[in-house]
Amino acid sequence: MSSQVRPRRRRIGLRERMRMMPRWGQILLLVALALFCYALPLLNPPFISPPGTDFSGVLFTVAVYALIALGLNIVVGYAGLLDLGYVGFYAIGAYTVGILTSEHATWTWLASLPAAIVITMLSGVLLGWPTLRVRGDYLAIVTLGFGEIVRLNLINQEWLGGAPGISGIARPPSIPLFELPHLDWSTGVPLVDLDNTSTFLVFGVLDITPYYWLALTFVILIMLADRRVKNSRVGRAWEATREDEDAAELMGVPTFRFKLLAFALGAFVGGIAGALFAGRQGFINPETFTLLLSILFISAVVVGGQGNRWGVLLGAIVVAYLPERFRGFEQWRVLVFGIALVVLATYRPQGLLPPRRTVRAQKMEEEIEALETSDVAVAGEGPDTGDGPDADGAPPEEKGAGRG
Amino acid sequence: MAETPPLDPAPAGEALLSMNEVTLRFGGVTALDAVDFHIDRGEILGLIGPNGAGKTTAFNVMTGIYQPTQGTVTFDGEVTSGMKRYRIAKRGIARTFQNIRLFKAMTAFENVMVGADAQHSTGPIAALLGLPRYRREEAAGREIAHELLDFVGVRGRADELAGNLSYGDQRRLEIARAMATRPKLLCLDEPAAGFNPSEKQALMELIRSIRDRGLTVLLIEHDMRLVMGAVDRLVVLEFGRKIADGTPAGVQNDPAVIAAYLGVDEDEVEEEVDDAS
Amino acid sequence: MQLQYVLDNFMSLFIGGLVFGSLYALVALGYTMVYGVLQLINFAHSEVFMFGTFATVWALYLIGADATTTGLALVGSLAFAMVIAMIISGGVALLLERVAYRPLLKRGAPRLVALISAIGASFVLSEIMGLRGPIMAALGLDDEFDRYVASSRENVGMPLDRTPTVQFEILGHGVTNRDIIIVVSAVLMMVLVDQFVRRTRIGRGIRAVAQDPETSSLMGVNSTRVIQVTFLIGGLLAGAAATLYMLQVGITRYNAGFLLGVKAFTAAVLGGIGNLRGALLGGLVLGVAENLGAGLFGSEWREVVAFAVLVLVLLFRPTGLLGESLGKARA
Repeated sequence: MSSQVRPRRRRIGLRERMRMMPRWGQILLLVALALFCYALPLLNPPFISPPGTDFSGVLFTVAVYALIALGLNIVVGYAGLLDLGYVGFYAIGAYTVGILTSEHATWTWLASLPAAIVITMLSGVLLGWPTLRVRGDYLAIVTLGFGEIVRLNLINQEWLGGAPGISGIARPPSIPLFELPHLDWSTGVPLVDLDNTSTFLVFGVLDITPYYWLALTFVILIMLADRRVKNSRVGRAWEATREDEDAAELMGVPTFRFKLLAFALGAFVGGIAGALFAGRQGFINPETFTLLLSILFISAVVVGGQGNRWGVLLGAIVVAYLPERFRGFEQWRVLVFGIALVVLATYRPQGLLPPRRTVRAQKMEEEIEALETSDVAVAGEGPDTGDGPDADGAPPEEKGAGRG
Repeated sequence: MAETPPLDPAPAGEALLSMNEVTLRFGGVTALDAVDFHIDRGEILGLIGPNGAGKTTAFNVMTGIYQPTQGTVTFDGEVTSGMKRYRIAKRGIARTFQNIRLFKAMTAFENVMVGADAQHSTGPIAALLGLPRYRREEAAGREIAHELLDFVGVRGRADELAGNLSYGDQRRLEIARAMATRPKLLCLDEPAAGFNPSEKQALMELIRSIRDRGLTVLLIEHDMRLVMGAVDRLVVLEFGRKIADGTPAGVQNDPAVIAAYLGVDEDEVEEEVDDAS
Repeated sequence: MQLQYVLDNFMSLFIGGLVFGSLYALVALGYTMVYGVLQLINFAHSEVFMFGTFATVWALYLIGADATTTGLALVGSLAFAMVIAMIISGGVALLLERVAYRPLLKRGAPRLVALISAIGASFVLSEIMGLRGPIMAALGLDDEFDRYVASSRENVGMPLDRTPTVQFEILGHGVTNRDIIIVVSAVLMMVLVDQFVRRTRIGRGIRAVAQDPETSSLMGVNSTRVIQVTFLIGGLLAGAAATLYMLQVGITRYNAGFLLGVKAFTAAVLGGIGNLRGALLGGLVLGVAENLGAGLFGSEWREVVAFAVLVLVLLFRPTGLLGESLGKARA
């Protein structure tokens, strides 16, 4: 017998087209996309580049938000844990770098990065250990409390720099190799502007471009790592836990451990983002790490499409870039952002790019088809039950009398 | 046909699980009262009883959802009461649910993969680096998932979201997911609820073939006729107490059982007993 | 640590805590009721409260009350301001339900998305208040309403003389008329709402929807209506709380709702979200705990104490002090 032909939605989107390409083509396209992203600050394209602000600076902010959105997506999108205090991890990452390179020690930025990551992960575990037993919205408020406690401690503890914060933070190590010119579009046609160059790879005060490159590199690395982990037992365990914690537990998933893992990995990424921010900014103070930022992060994840790493990337771009692009309407932009959130939630509740699980699933289908064609004799008693005459989603009749 | 997943070849006819004088109280209510029975390896044991008799509660004690107030559960030579639920699942008890509890936003295939993962240990680092263990376990999981989806007859819908499957397919998928954990004991909680007679028959065929693969099956079912034809032995509960234990033929004529069912619904019992004989 | 200070001033810290606690409780009720019925955190509820604070001030402007108003006229102006604040807050809450919630719920949007919508609405509301000057200028009305919309991003103060007078003493601490007004009216209103939910038909509807929305709609409960009433009650109480808050604190601004909202939500969770009496208890406990904590560790630690109390309570009682039970409230 042949397999049931499933009615397929005939909508050839970008994603399907990607899928239909051979594997090398996909890789090539992604590499091209990555190169384009690296080149963006040099290309300095006229409409995209926000007038009046440093395009590299905006891009750096977008990249850091993207990193954060990827990290938070592990917690919110995959494991389904609503974390309203993610800014706490971002702050801990930034402050670890600040303390180790300026306030209480003179480490290099590079040496403080692993320390920042480890400490942030530890704080994730310490926060998660007691609180992950609390469910749902309670977790949201407890994490919100965590974010606020972190911020208030930063203000109140002199040892952490107090309200003025920490300055003189070390920058990432420079390796001057060659100079790259930016394009100038002021005349309407692209001209190579030799006065405006970025040196590869010097992390200075004025030119933000190298910081953007560094952040973008982390975004790409995390994307790749995320993809592998998500498509493994770990990713499935997260999703199962999110869908039905008890059922997952009874299917052998140690749900608590996986939730804690999600928290730790989310914190890991948040720590990197914080370290990058501190390294680029050179100074940090508690007012950067407000609850509002946590909420922006959550918005990035949900607006983009929680559970889909490309979606949350898009969400981060929307949340970080659009307000910068429309700085001209400075005083109206939060209002517009709020309206956009409501409209989006109403008309696009799954986010701009919702996770299309069927993409992965379709690959499976092909695999099955291949198996089927190789099995000429699909004999046996099994398959027939699948096509039982009345197995069409009819609800159970009044039969369910025997509740044991 | 793909290979059968590796099973523990166990000698038949020896107790796989025993409930040892298990008592469970919620506040003042005694849900299970010194319930004592065992399940032999390789048999299909039916657990029946009128409404509220404690059948699902007994399941919940076996799978670690409730801890017995008194008594113990031993499984495969180990005391499992008090263990974490996922550990019990790993030891080899898998179950389905009376009200279907699939991972609705995951595909049918992924649901079964989650089950298969119960015996795996890939962590984030192994997955990240693509270590051999990750590859091996992933391949094993896929093979099991394909085979089991085929076995229960949901193969054609492997890539559909579990929540979009038909009711019958969801029930069968739950069985596949549970079997993917490679259990020694499979507990089915009213797997035929909501099925029409021909579907029920097909399901009983399926249950027998599950047993033929070497699994021990514990079956809660309300439909007496169905149980009579399918099981090797029956345990009857009433008000949290065991009132009978024996072959279907023996239990069917047990005055205590007849009384218990008469107490619930006279017509139903007579009808079902008649049909069964 | 200033233990001696706390011991010396225990009564005054305690009563101060009760005053703030009753404000938290009133606002918490709005969170808890919406949560009970919809299982959603109504993030924008803080802005409903904030609108109430402005309504209070504007109502007083409108009737020309100022620092010279005393006696019965003062009481009357306050009562008038409170009614206006309740109407405005109730209206904003209804609007919120209509715009930010109902369209989503109809489509069966996931809870997190509803939260995002509420966050968006919260931004919109506070920004509208913060931009009231430019908005009125765009409409060419800023001169006419100058007193209402000038320097929209700055603090706005109560025009009244709010100096309290001590009425009687408890253990050496003077209890003022202001303390009494706030605590008594808060508790009174909460008792009224509690009775409303327990005894009236629409209250029964609220409990039914909280327990099981599907079944109750099958049983003929108009769930849209129930949700509206729930938002309305929350809004009315937030409006009342806003007037009392203005009486106590005296100033507000476009983003004043945020911190109070967070505290009130904390109070709701502390008491057991969805539980009306829990909201009262949670509010009072939170207010007292943070006041004592502030006395003990210094006022800069007030917020930390508040959240620490929450975390501790949740660790030992994961469903709050009184558990979650809007649905289970007995008739």
